[in-house]
Amino acid sequence: MKILSFAQAIEDAVNQAMADDPTVIIFGEDIHMIRRNLFLRFGGDRVRSTPISEASFVGAAVSASMAGLRPIVEVMLVDFIGVAMDALLNHAAKVETFSGGKWKAPLVVRAACGGGYGDGGQHQQTLWGWLAHIPGLSVVVPSTPADAGGLMLAAIEHDGPVIFLEHKMLADYWLDFMGAGNRKTVQFDVPPAGASGPVPATWQPTPLGKAAIRRQGDDLTIISIGVGVHRALEAADALAQQGVYASVIDLRTVAPLDKATICEMSAATGSVLVVDEDYEQFGLSGELAAVILEAGIPIKYRRVCTQETIPYARHLEDQILPNKQRIIDAALELSIG
Amino acid sequence: MKPDLWQLYKQMLRSRLFEEAVKRLWEAGKISGEMHLGIGEEAIAAGVISHLVEGDALALDHRGTPPLLMRGVDPLSILRELLGYPDGLCGGMGGHMHLFSPAHLAASSGIVGASGPAAVGFAIAAQQLRPGTVSVAFFGEGAANQGMMMESMNLAAAWKLPLLFVCKDNQWSITTVSEETTAGDLISRARSFGMPAIELDGNDVEAVWNAAGQAIADARNGLGPSFLYAQCSRPEGHLLGDMLLRLAERPLSLEMGRVLRWQVNSFLRRKGAPIRARATSARTIAALMAKVRGSRSAVAPDPVARLHQSLSTEGQRMAELTGEVVGEIEQILESALIPA
Repeated sequence: MKILSFAQAIEDAVNQAMADDPTVIIFGEDIHMIRRNLFLRFGGDRVRSTPISEASFVGAAVSASMAGLRPIVEVMLVDFIGVAMDALLNHAAKVETFSGGKWKAPLVVRAACGGGYGDGGQHQQTLWGWLAHIPGLSVVVPSTPADAGGLMLAAIEHDGPVIFLEHKMLADYWLDFMGAGNRKTVQFDVPPAGASGPVPATWQPTPLGKAAIRRQGDDLTIISIGVGVHRALEAADALAQQGVYASVIDLRTVAPLDKATICEMSAATGSVLVVDEDYEQFGLSGELAAVILEAGIPIKYRRVCTQETIPYARHLEDQILPNKQRIIDAALELSIG
Repeated sequence: MKPDLWQLYKQMLRSRLFEEAVKRLWEAGKISGEMHLGIGEEAIAAGVISHLVEGDALALDHRGTPPLLMRGVDPLSILRELLGYPDGLCGGMGGHMHLFSPAHLAASSGIVGASGPAAVGFAIAAQQLRPGTVSVAFFGEGAANQGMMMESMNLAAAWKLPLLFVCKDNQWSITTVSEETTAGDLISRARSFGMPAIELDGNDVEAVWNAAGQAIADARNGLGPSFLYAQCSRPEGHLLGDMLLRLAERPLSLEMGRVLRWQVNSFLRRKGAPIRARATSARTIAALMAKVRGSRSAVAPDPVARLHQSLSTEGQRMAELTGEVVGEIEQILESALIPA
């Protein structure tokens, strides 16, 4: 068993995919630096730096994928996907349907996401619910190195568009780039089990749409994704000391959603707490409630999400993003109420 | 018309010292997140901003601090914003990439290219509501490759909007050499929209002042937009703590040793590109590091130092002005650190 950081695990899986399949190429801004190890191994034809022209190069990734390549296209931060949204919303997501199922767009859009380092509301969003809202797009958000590599391989092999989001509290190079900048004077709440961990010697795809159960408990079911899973696990430890036992589900993919696991685990406790770093309104947290209710499962329900534009100031941001205390408070409300 | 070089120098020095203070606070961990400084762009900002009057609007990029300081936004409120205090310019909600001053019609954005459309909208409002006023877009040559920037140039020219596009060419799109991802040249690109485009040395504040004065006067008189293309430098990298800069300056440090080991391993791994392609990649990275080192060298152009040199024949006046600005910045710094 080897131990890799979250970022190394993704790169390891991409290395494997690129070595095995010459149609896998990477392009995006600053790729020769951000992916310089791949650039050195696979050369400038397969690892290309683009101009800052997201609308064009993400659109190009869609048609390149239709014409036989398997592009991994990078927009740095998911916030910047706004500039390229038409390519995803009206093209990548629609090709298969419009062509009567005859033409597919097997591309991966890779981006960093998430907050916790004081960079303001234009660089720290997660947006996975917003993206998953669009039929035809898959959205994956790993929380461990093993899932990061496995889901990246699955995303590359998938025959449709997949948005692959790596959280900056897990991917050390992004946190260094955006948050630390080589400073020793700033601290971040990095979940250790997410930042580094065991990975397989050879990567196998982690199936899209399959949640992982990270903890078992009889009193309530916490459903989360990304860094929220680690916050939920920390909260569950604290809750256990107060005699409240929580299950924690790591969705791993927002779309497709593992409805079977969600319903089974929710029915088991009858209490559901969603921990979602994405915006609260019209998003994943509401969708989860709908899925459970539509299945006829009566539940008590709470959610801990991001309710407004993420403030720049660290002390304000810390209150806005889902944190351990907010999760504990909501869980206690559920188990008492 | 001749510019008041002393006044311009004062603005530039103030901005430089302010941002150097910001850098120290950031390094001390008192300012969070990324920090993109406008050090190296002071002559461009000063030469343009000094022509603006009440009612003119500013669309800024991620290096918005110098233009805002020069436009008259309270430096203390900017600094307290960067420190995340509730009495900062934006209540601690914005940070350095999202500075807004409605009183100055000045708005920033961290999305590359966003100042183009923003300036167009400000110019439409100027045309409709405040005839004779103008709007200015500041952006880099990297942003010139955004579709929205080219669309904005088209729109501004087609509608003859009172707008000045100010393209600050520091040669870098984050860590990509802009030349390598830019086809044609930006002057011809701007001219193809039918607007005047002026190329100048962005380290020469007098040249900027002259060109901007003419372009802004034209815009006020209903003659439509212009494009100012000014070369400048980026000595602090894309942002503080810039990885490329670290790699270039301390290639043999412990941290970089780890980075380099991965690179060497990747270079040597089986399966992949032919050796010639790999060597090209290695040369590309080495060339970037050399270019970065060049931009940090003692002979690299510095707009503040350049003007200082030409004004320092009047030693007494220079000493007084320097003392005044240093004192102001020290006072701001002292007040900024008082807890809310």
